[in-house]
Formats: sequence, structure tokens, C-alpha cells
Amino acid sequence: MTKSLSKSFKKALWVYHMNSGSCNGCDIEILAVLCPRYDLERFGIRLVGSPRHADVLLITGPVTRQMEGKVQRVYKQIPDPKVVISVGNCGNTGDVFFESYNLVGPVDQVIPVDVYIIGCPPRPENIINGVAKAWMKLETLEVKT
Amino acid sequence: MKTTGKTTYQLPIGPIHPALKEPVMFEFEVDGERIVNVNIRLGHVHRGVEWTATQRNPIQVLYLAERICGICSYCHPMAFSLAVERAAGIEVPERADYLRVIHGELERICSHILWAGVAAHEIGFDSVLFLTWQMREKGVDLTEYLTGNRITKGITMIGGVRRDITPDMHPKIQEALQYYKENFKKLQQVFLDDKTFQMRCKECGVLTKEDALAFCAVGPTARASGVKKDVRLDQGYFAYSDFDFDYITPDIHTGEVHGDVYDRIVVRLLEIQQSIALIEQCLDQIPAGPIVSEPNIQKLLTKLKNTSGEGIGRMEAPRGEKVRAPTYNNILPWIPMLTNQQIADIPIVASSTDPCMSCTNRVTIVKNQGTSFLDKEELHRMSIQKTRRLCP
Repeated sequence: MTKSLSKSFKKALWVYHMNSGSCNGCDIEILAVLCPRYDLERFGIRLVGSPRHADVLLITGPVTRQMEGKVQRVYKQIPDPKVVISVGNCGNTGDVFFESYNLVGPVDQVIPVDVYIIGCPPRPENIINGVAKAWMKLETLEVKT
Repeated sequence: MKTTGKTTYQLPIGPIHPALKEPVMFEFEVDGERIVNVNIRLGHVHRGVEWTATQRNPIQVLYLAERICGICSYCHPMAFSLAVERAAGIEVPERADYLRVIHGELERICSHILWAGVAAHEIGFDSVLFLTWQMREKGVDLTEYLTGNRITKGITMIGGVRRDITPDMHPKIQEALQYYKENFKKLQQVFLDDKTFQMRCKECGVLTKEDALAFCAVGPTARASGVKKDVRLDQGYFAYSDFDFDYITPDIHTGEVHGDVYDRIVVRLLEIQQSIALIEQCLDQIPAGPIVSEPNIQKLLTKLKNTSGEGIGRMEAPRGEKVRAPTYNNILPWIPMLTNQQIADIPIVASSTDPCMSCTNRVTIVKNQGTSFLDKEELHRMSIQKTRRLCP
């Protein structure tokens, strides 16, 4: 993977984080990744306050019924080219909540997902790995457009 | 929107908003910069945990309960297993009780430090966020060393715990505790003596003792208003009755109780110190013995299948009392806290109770395909009914 990542990045990656009903486990790990120990901000990756500024949608949680429309709306607000990363098992498969009456997820039933990060919650290293994959995908998408 | 002569504006915030880490919706009624009224809509994180739990066996529910909330991932399953143990009459070995205290207090340290960082972030003090989260990593490392996981610990078992703490693990625990003791002064300096914090937090989001009692506040939120309420002391579960500790109220540090955001910071910081002392006492006094009453899971399950009964598990989680998640109780006090405050103070006041939506959104009424929400009056009515139910 290191080979396919270019040595210098064309631009900084701006991430919009959205909670669609997660338990906070993934959310605090995402924050931990951005904090001094793992310090993903040194690559120019940072959380932004509005989906309209973002390149990447980081989504956690199985999508609950109340959040379905909001997830779709946020997805539409992100400008192209965009990448969606589903963080954590419950966004990927439903995890322990899979049979609950109040879920419309997993996430890929609601919006297209590009990168799945597994774990409940995923380790910070795993999240970094997922973001690097998203970066590669974004660069290939940019070439196409 | 109710207006009384003067026109007020409605300011909706959420459910998706950069200031909110979790989906929740506020409807503020504002008059200029002053907040007149607050309505809170919940239910965006409702995942139907209770219903799902009825489909599983008790041991599977432990792992489901763990995922109600990632930050208090120890308290939910532990409270559940307390309830099951009481219902089925399972005796927990003494050593397991001590181990449970160690994990519980370690979680409290991590949670309070995490909260301190978030609170600093809310008032725009991001360098403190990074400072505290760096300190938190030490606690998370220790959690990983003791349980094998960073966040969801998977340490709970009905009738005990799943992993032992052997004497050769003690030095590493001591080292982490020492680290926190050394850095405690730094935290105190930043949070209690710093002028910015004092200016933003003093006289802000006041919750009087009367209101705290009327709205059933729990945990540090209640203690910061001077209510002496702590399930660890009131019920003495696990091995807590063996230790020497007391209620933490802000007057220990400041000499008087105001019930403002500053007092809530004081309580949480002092509780970190208290947790360190508790873990140390635990390590000194821990008796030898088994760590789980029934190591064979099949036998345990058969036993549980053949028992019926009712049990209640109450635990003092970092944010307050579990199983009826503490945020639910601490959301109502938001109303007196926020009324008459400025819009810019919303984030710090709201986060001063350490809210957790994923813990809370288990009580919302959910209708298929439609949303139903509880407004202020409805929440208040439910709360009054609950108090009447609890103390007839």
C-alpha cells in the first residue's frame, strides 16, 4: 500500500465526522487518532464543521430510523469527488444491534460506502489504515474527473 | 412558540451540528443573547437495546450492554450482571469484587479526563483538549494491559470477572497511578486556577440544590450542587463498603457550594484523586481466591435458564447512576441551567453534565417510520411519575 500512496499529497484531507447512532466507542477512537499520541493532523487531516467543506465522510453507528434522512442529506451536501468511510462493525454489519427494530442500516444500505474499517471499536492504527485507503481512492477519483 | 408580549426567536441546534458530538436536537427560545426556554428532542440514537436484549441469553446480553455506550462500557454490563446475580442468588467471590472495583475506578479516571478535555474544547481551549487526551492515553493503555481492549473491555462475567490481575501486573498499575498523581497538579492548575476557565465557568449554568433534587440529578452533577448522593457509598456494592472514602462535594476545595460549571469541574477532578486512592487501597487489600463463581459457561447458562426472579443493579457510573442511564436524569436540569444564560454558553453548560446520548436514548418512544418526541412538559411529567414510582 505504501507504494501506491504518492510521496507528497496534493492536498490536505478534510473529514466530516457523523454519528448515526453509534455508542461513542468509535467516536472517541476517532478523536484519539487526531490527538497527540497518533496525531493524524500532521498529515493535514482534520475534522471540519460542515459537510460542504469535506472530502471524506466518516460515519459511525448503525443507521437508526430517525437518522436515515439526515445521513442521506449530509452525503448529498459533500462535494464530489468524495469518499465514505464506515467506521466500526455496527456501521458495517449491524454488529450486536443487527436485529433491532429501529435500524435501517448497515450504512451501505443507505449511502454508498468506499472503505470499511472493522473492529468494535477499531484500534486507532486501523482507522489510520482506513483513512490512507480512502486517500488512495480519492486520488484515483480525481484523475478520472 | 409562546410569546409573552415581547417577540422571541427560535434557534434550532442539531440533530447534526459541529458542536454536538452526538445527534440530539435543541430548540432554544432566545431573546437577543438570552435564552428564555429550551426544548430537547431525543431519540436519534435509539437502537432498541432492551428489545434486542430479550432475544438473547444473559451472557450475550453482557456484550450488548457493553455497547450501549462506549465510554462507560464497563458500568452497563456490570450493572446488568449485578441484577442477574441478585435475581439468581449467585455469590460473587471476594477477589472478583475487588477486581471489579479496580476496573470501575480505572474507567472513572479515563472518563473524567476525557470529559475535562471535551469541556476545554467547548470553550475553545483546544491545547488543553490535547493535553488531557494525552494523559488519558496512559489510562487507556493500562485498560488494554489489564483487559486486552482499549474501549469495550469485555471483562464482565456473571458471577465475577474474566481476567485476573496477577502480582507481576501490579508495578505497571502503580506506574500509571504515579503518572496521574504527578500530572494531577498540572490538571488542577489548568482547570481550577486558570483565569480563562474561572471567567467562563463561574456563575455559569447554575443548578441549585433544590433544582438538583427536584429534577433528580445524579452523579457528579448532583454532587456539584451539594447533594450527597453516591451509589458507591449509599449501597456499598462490590467491595466499596471495605474502603475509606467520602462524598465529593465542591466545598472540599472551595469552601462553598455554588452548583455552577466550575463546581462540576472541581468535583470531577477531586474524584480522579479519589479513584487513584481507591485503586491503591484495592491493590493493598486484595484477597486471594477464585475470580469467577462458575467458570463453566454452559453450566452457568443452564443455571440461569432455570431461574426466574427480579433483580436490580445500581452502580455509580462516572457520569452518575446506572442502569437508568445518568444522562436522562441530568438532561432535565439543563432547563434551569440554561435559562437566562447566553447563547455562547450553551456548549459548556450542556457538556458540564457529561451527557451521553447513546446511554440516554433508550427511553424514547419510537413509532415505526415516524418520530415521536418528548418535549419539556412531557419529560417533566415522566420524571415526576418516576419519582412517585420510586418513592411512593
